[in-house]
Amino acid sequence: MVQATLDGVLLGILFALIAYGMALQWGVMNIINIAQGDLVILGGYIAYFMYLYGIHPAWGVIVSPIIMYFVGVIIYKLVINKVVDRDLFISILATFGISILFMQLMNFAFGADVVLANSGYGTTMLFDNSVTLPNSKIFSAFISIVFAIGLVIYMKKSKLGRAIRATAQNARAAKILGVDTEKVYAATFGINAALCGVAGALISITFTIHPYMGLPYTIRSFMIVIVAGLGNLPGVAMSGMGLGMFEEFADYILGTEFRIGSVFLLLVLILVYRRFKLSKKREYLK
Amino acid sequence: MNKNNLILYLFILTFGIAAPFIFPAFKVQLSILCILIILALTWNVQGGEMGYNTFGNILFYGLGMYLCASVQVGMFFPLAEWTEGGGEKTFVHTPTQFFQGMAAGLAVAAIVPAIVAGLIGYSILGLRGHYFAICTLGLGVAAGEISGGIEIIGAGQGFTTPPFPNIGSLEARGEFFYFCSFIVLVLTFVAIKAIYTTRFKLVLNAIRDNEDKAEAMGIQTMKYKIIGWMISAFFCGLAGGIMGGLVGYIDSTDVAFDGREMGVFMVLMAILGGKGTLWGPVIGATVFHIFKEGFWTFFLGWQYVALGVLIIVIVIYFPEGIMGWLREKYPERFGEVVDEADRKAQVELK
Repeated sequence: MVQATLDGVLLGILFALIAYGMALQWGVMNIINIAQGDLVILGGYIAYFMYLYGIHPAWGVIVSPIIMYFVGVIIYKLVINKVVDRDLFISILATFGISILFMQLMNFAFGADVVLANSGYGTTMLFDNSVTLPNSKIFSAFISIVFAIGLVIYMKKSKLGRAIRATAQNARAAKILGVDTEKVYAATFGINAALCGVAGALISITFTIHPYMGLPYTIRSFMIVIVAGLGNLPGVAMSGMGLGMFEEFADYILGTEFRIGSVFLLLVLILVYRRFKLSKKREYLK
Repeated sequence: MNKNNLILYLFILTFGIAAPFIFPAFKVQLSILCILIILALTWNVQGGEMGYNTFGNILFYGLGMYLCASVQVGMFFPLAEWTEGGGEKTFVHTPTQFFQGMAAGLAVAAIVPAIVAGLIGYSILGLRGHYFAICTLGLGVAAGEISGGIEIIGAGQGFTTPPFPNIGSLEARGEFFYFCSFIVLVLTFVAIKAIYTTRFKLVLNAIRDNEDKAEAMGIQTMKYKIIGWMISAFFCGLAGGIMGGLVGYIDSTDVAFDGREMGVFMVLMAILGGKGTLWGPVIGATVFHIFKEGFWTFFLGWQYVALGVLIIVIVIYFPEGIMGWLREKYPERFGEVVDEADRKAQVELK
């Protein structure tokens, strides 16, 4: 039990980091990026390749966001800027296309094996060896928190951060006041991709990565964002940890083969719950 | 219906009946084409007419596939032993058993998904926009993952559907499945065409254009949305049941709940043809299938890359589809009144 809870919390912090990126671009551009999870996996492969070439994969935490930032900007320039003010569904489908594309390209480039970048960190034993805690998990949770806090400060203080927040509030007004919204959008998408890169690098150290594992990460981050609400950072962190714990318990109780299925079912249940709650509100208005 | 249309329909019908004899080598491809058209047509009821873009119709397709095969086996033999045996032919269906089972299976495969659609629809059709799309995406994937964990329908190792019995020396498997799918296609087309001439379609369009306003006008939007989805699910289930027999092997994530192929194809085909039109999905599915079969071999191994690029290109540069493009080019044909002077003025403005 303690094991599952601890694992869940540490895993949840990682999820929260990905969800934060999704909340950012959702709030600013009103786009849901189905390819979010695939960006995470791509970030993971960057760290894995550093590991293969003998560099300690922890450096991936720094290298992978830099590369992923440019990947994000390129995706924005090629695809996203053409769908940004169109129908909601168009953007979902376009990012779904990107997701399939990435999945397959990664499959060709890196092979369909489940891989992991071995960080060589040991494990900590707690409570008379009844609970094992790999140091890599602690490391990854720590790094995620550092990045999240860094980003929050950046969004509050820097010029670009303010421009992003202004665009999120009202894109048109921001444009009138001289904010280059096109640039802001590109930067937002880049930052989101960079966050995915960090998370991916951490995942490749802590867990395993596989080209087809992207979609569950997208669903998880979507779920966290809708539970927490846009722009509610403590909420994102809390619901991230909650989801992490839910998953560990589902894994523990139902068995590993139902793990992904239970995540998707939870999504459906949350949305159903949300719908009935909202419809009650609507009836009240009537 | 005017005379020209009647001739067109008769021509298509005769062509459909004669097709397997004209192109005997393409029987399976033609059956798959029929299934694809059915899927695109049913998707269009949601995505095109109602404005509820679902990725989840694959759920009914897969459900129909599993149900049809399970009923067909379970009516005569113990289901658990059948799936345990894998491909081994310990139990053999006699022709009568096969056809009886198939008929019962198809009936179940149509009705149960419709009921499921009603139940799920009641819960999730209140969601809008992003939420609905992602929720249905989640449903499709969850169904695949969960059915992959259920032992009695083969779990991860798959489920072999009953092999087609040969009556004497007559080998008619291709023809049988072709005509099954063709008949269902005709049924679907006629049903959907009939629906589109009634008030029902206008209600669906009203929901697409502005749901709150439609509700304010006194339409019980929820009821119509659920009925619309149930109609889709009914035909999706039928299509799935036939496809299961045609493929002969059901795997949870690669054949039945194949969100990465069929689930995307149906959306793509409807958009390619032009969503919100009757003929759009038919044309879209035909073009897509020909393209897919013609060029997939060139991209051997790169199909999904091509698919991803295709989705992005179609969505960005061609969102109105073939029918939308035709409509822009020849508005007279679509019964729109064109003001020539106005049109010229617009051209000059450009």
